[in-house]
Amino acid sequence: MTTWIDIGTLADIPQRGARTVQIDGQKEIAVFRTGDDHVFALVDECPHKKGPLSQGIVHGHNVACPLHNWNIALRTGEAQGNDEGCTPTIAVRVEGERILIARPVAMPVAA
Amino acid sequence: MEFQIGTIEPAVDSGDDIRVPADDVREHLVVVGNGMAGCRAVEELLARDGGRYRVTVFGAEPYVNYNRIMLSPVLAGEKTFEQIVINDRAWYDDNGIELIAGDPVTAIDRAAKRVTAQSGRSVHYDKLLIATGSDPFIIPVPGKDLQGVISFRDMKDVDTMLAAAEAGKALGGGAAVVIGGGLLGLEAAHGLTLRGMKVTVIHLMDTLMERQLDEAAGWLLKSALEGRGQTILTGANTESIYGDGKVEGVRLKDGTEIPASLVVMAVGIRPATALAREAGLEVNRGIRVDDHMVTSDPDVLAVGECVEHDGNVYGLVAPLWDMCRSLADGLTDQHSGYKGSVTSTKLKVAGLDVFSAGDFSGGEGCEDIVLRDASRGVYKRVVVKDDKVIGAVLYGDTVDGGWYFDLLKREENVADIRDLLIFGQAFAQGGGALDPKAAVAALSDDAEICGCNGVSKGQVVACIEAGNGSLDAVRSTCKASASCGSCTGIVENLLAVVLGDDVKSGPKTLCKCTSFTHDDVRREIVAQNMRSIPEVMQLLHWSTPDGCSSCRPALNYYLLCALPGDYQDDQQSRFVNERMHANIQKDGTYSVVPRMWGGLTNPRELRAIADVVEKFNAPMVKVTGGQRLDIFGIRKEDLPAVWADLNAAGMVSGHAYGKSLRTVKTCVGSEWCRFGTQDSTGLGVKIERMTWGSWMPHKFKIAVSGCPRNCAEATIKDFGVVCVDSGYELHVGGNGGIHVRATDFLCKVATEQAAMDYCAAFTQLYREEARYLERTAPWIERVGVDYIKQRIVEDEAGREALRARFLYAQSFSQDDPWAERAAGQHAELHQPLAPFATAAE
Ligand code: SRM
Ligand SMILES: Cc1cc2nc3c(=O)[nH]c(=O)nc-3n(C[C@H](O)[C@H](O)[C@H](O)COP(=O)(O)OP(=O)(O)OC[C@H]3O[C@@H](n4cnc5c(N)ncnc54)[C@H](O)[C@@H]3O)c2cc1C
Ligand code: SF4
Ligand code: FES
Repeated sequence: MTTWIDIGTLADIPQRGARTVQIDGQKEIAVFRTGDDHVFALVDECPHKKGPLSQGIVHGHNVACPLHNWNIALRTGEAQGNDEGCTPTIAVRVEGERILIARPVAMPVAA
Repeated sequence: MEFQIGTIEPAVDSGDDIRVPADDVREHLVVVGNGMAGCRAVEELLARDGGRYRVTVFGAEPYVNYNRIMLSPVLAGEKTFEQIVINDRAWYDDNGIELIAGDPVTAIDRAAKRVTAQSGRSVHYDKLLIATGSDPFIIPVPGKDLQGVISFRDMKDVDTMLAAAEAGKALGGGAAVVIGGGLLGLEAAHGLTLRGMKVTVIHLMDTLMERQLDEAAGWLLKSALEGRGQTILTGANTESIYGDGKVEGVRLKDGTEIPASLVVMAVGIRPATALAREAGLEVNRGIRVDDHMVTSDPDVLAVGECVEHDGNVYGLVAPLWDMCRSLADGLTDQHSGYKGSVTSTKLKVAGLDVFSAGDFSGGEGCEDIVLRDASRGVYKRVVVKDDKVIGAVLYGDTVDGGWYFDLLKREENVADIRDLLIFGQAFAQGGGALDPKAAVAALSDDAEICGCNGVSKGQVVACIEAGNGSLDAVRSTCKASASCGSCTGIVENLLAVVLGDDVKSGPKTLCKCTSFTHDDVRREIVAQNMRSIPEVMQLLHWSTPDGCSSCRPALNYYLLCALPGDYQDDQQSRFVNERMHANIQKDGTYSVVPRMWGGLTNPRELRAIADVVEKFNAPMVKVTGGQRLDIFGIRKEDLPAVWADLNAAGMVSGHAYGKSLRTVKTCVGSEWCRFGTQDSTGLGVKIERMTWGSWMPHKFKIAVSGCPRNCAEATIKDFGVVCVDSGYELHVGGNGGIHVRATDFLCKVATEQAAMDYCAAFTQLYREEARYLERTAPWIERVGVDYIKQRIVEDEAGREALRARFLYAQSFSQDDPWAERAAGQHAELHQPLAPFATAAE
């Protein structure tokens, strides 16, 4: 059964921006808030060379990786265009102002 | 210039004054008028039967054939004359056409079948084609002949307007009056406004463009133009133009006086029929022609704005394309026949979408369907009569213009789609989703896509299918979208429909979210006084909700540059380094480079850096190529604390991360060096103090060397100073990066102060005119060093103004961004959300 964790409010994340959160000492998760106030959560690692996606420019429902500008779809974690690769996504629920994310069960522990 | 042709020497001979090969026995077609219709007729003829006639073209203007409707973009600075040439010299040569430009025909002797030109040159014809166009109407008020009163018809008029704008600049912006608020007048006013003139439009009627727009759309247009700084006087009647030899202003019937150094009359046109009338041809409002453009003399044809067909005269290009087809059919013994044209109008003013077609005056049996969306600034009105569309006026959203026009021309029965009609094609024809591709796919093959060049959908599709897979290729092949550009979106959608994913994107737009170029966007931001990224995206019809990682940083910069002190910087539109004020590294940590003015440092700074390295366990510290120290491996959480420590020792951000002033490298100079001629170190420090913190299109580096040995490598910097005994040599546009480029020499100045003033002016010119992510080297290669010299060296007042604008902008940007962060601003950018541990189960 999914465990939902309350990580904060919408206002904690800048619009078209992201914050990171670490749960149980696992890999950092990037929680994105888009221009139309959708929230997405992805492991904070680009499928290319592990660039911190949380630091990229958010546009539409995509983020441009800060290291080499790959475009990653926030909903699926898939690299767009000619690039190939996928970042794991984490389920998110927004209840009122609060953001809840699914506890990552099978996630590798940070190295 | 290749396109300009000198005036013809007077010829004396009484025989044929052109060379004709003895064996050329073809019939001779003489064309009077080297304009849009005359040349198009010849093109159509060549396409049907290339060898049939020997062709001679007389033109009053000293140019090859150019696209008259594009004079507006030339005036607005969006196109050059070269870009609007339709047929260059080679076309005439390749097709064996004799062009006699700059020599108007003055008489036609129909009995002898001869024409005579101003120079005295006389030529025999077998067939004569009159395509003399129109004469602008000049209202008969006192002062109409003063110097500075012109019309808007040809390249000469544009040159006069540009000269007036230029002359006005010297006085801090001249003033112009445009008489006539129709299509032509408004395009003139728009261009003159962009050229820096203060423009007043005087319009006799209460509504602008009243022949094309209804009251509501006219009002929206008027407010939009006023918003751009024009003064619009409707219901205003010109009494006289006053001035002593030259125009000084316009007086209205109500006594108002409007000072101006230029008056443009754009109140209408009259078919140019004098020549035909004197030759005894049948002339009414225009030269009377039949369905194959034949006049009352079977050997004389006429085409274009000078003709009257079936009681109608036309003032737009679309009808003329139809006329030329029928004419060429007739001349080559094919029979189609011209049946008159329905016309539509678009205003060529960037960022203002206006479309109208057909009859919208309303009246008996007419039904109006109206849609307004005030927040989007959209107004649409479709007039339906007997279940057919008879007119449409669109303001703000003109994508469906082509579709309504198509329905109108085909007189299609719209009873079934009546209720959805106003929402546009995509809705009305089902599917519900507003898919522009589906919309263009549904257009009929003969629907006109490009009104300027008369290109139908079928022709565009054929052109794409023939292998022209990009917007540029389509433009250069079938000319669609090559003129005013308002159909660019439709052509792009056609490319997408025909080629699927194989479309080669046009290189010139700012990014995929827009069909505007960098220069268009910058110009419109200023012209329309836009103040935020969402506003730019709204007004310039961005195709994505909030842009992409290419356009957002560019727009953020353009706004910042346009509105110093006013614009609220958008952090989320900044690339990570500029948002974090540090350089991101491959492992996600950051490097920190504090400023060391002119490469100088002292024990206190060195101690603070050493302490930071130890305190935060920085794995490396290194001397950069920019004469300062770089501390590596700092975590984003630690950045504010690192900066606080550096600030405490008096150090500020070095902007090693920014599209901004980076370093000012110096050498030892006269203080110590045995060859030094001036205090290069001291000057470097002063220049860095003046320029630091400024945001730029790309990074910007400066250096000052104390003598021509040039130890600071000033000649590969964006701005470089090489000191010599007698003063300071200034160099610009160098680059030591991917493509090494040595600087261009700008000029030599005598004093430190002058060196700093030129530096500030040059920096500001670059800030205002280069495209985002264009360094000075490619910028200068694009605009030419002569242009830079003209702006910075020759134009003293201009240089002073640039310098003042730079210093004004700097007064807002020299706050240390590190200090703000160290004090807690934007802490969320550095801190993760609180870590979580789920309770062990
Ligand atoms: C740190 C430094 C190397 C060093 O250790 O010496 C450096 C480091 C980087 N340079 Fe550089 N450049 C450094 C001096 C230079 C110089 C020499 C100079 O400034 O005198 C040049 C050639 C001169 C020039 O710019 O014309 C230089 C030409 C480039 C270029 C190519 C620019 C070009 O127009 O072709 C890039 C790529 C870019 O900007 O797109 C670049 C990009 C970079 C970036 C920012 C790569 C990146 O995007 O991450 C590197 C950041 C490393 C980091 O995280 O700190 N760096 N870089 C130097 C910092 C100088 C400073 O104090 O600010
Ligand atoms: C600034 C501007 C913007 C316009 N914008 C649009 C638009 O957006 N859409 C649109 O549909 N239409 C537009 N028009 C109208 C369009 O340009 C004309 O409909 C078109 O040019 C008419 O073609 P024409 O060949 O009949 O006349 P012209 O193109 O004027 O050609 C006539 C030529 O004949 C020459 N000539 C005249 N007398 C003689 C003589 N005796 N001997 C030799 N040569 C002679 C003239 O010098 C001229 O070069 C615009 C016009 C202007 C001026
Ligand atoms: S040359 Fe510049 S960009 Fe390349 S590795 Fe060195 S520091 Fe990085
Ligand atoms: S690490 Fe993300 S694009 Fe290279």
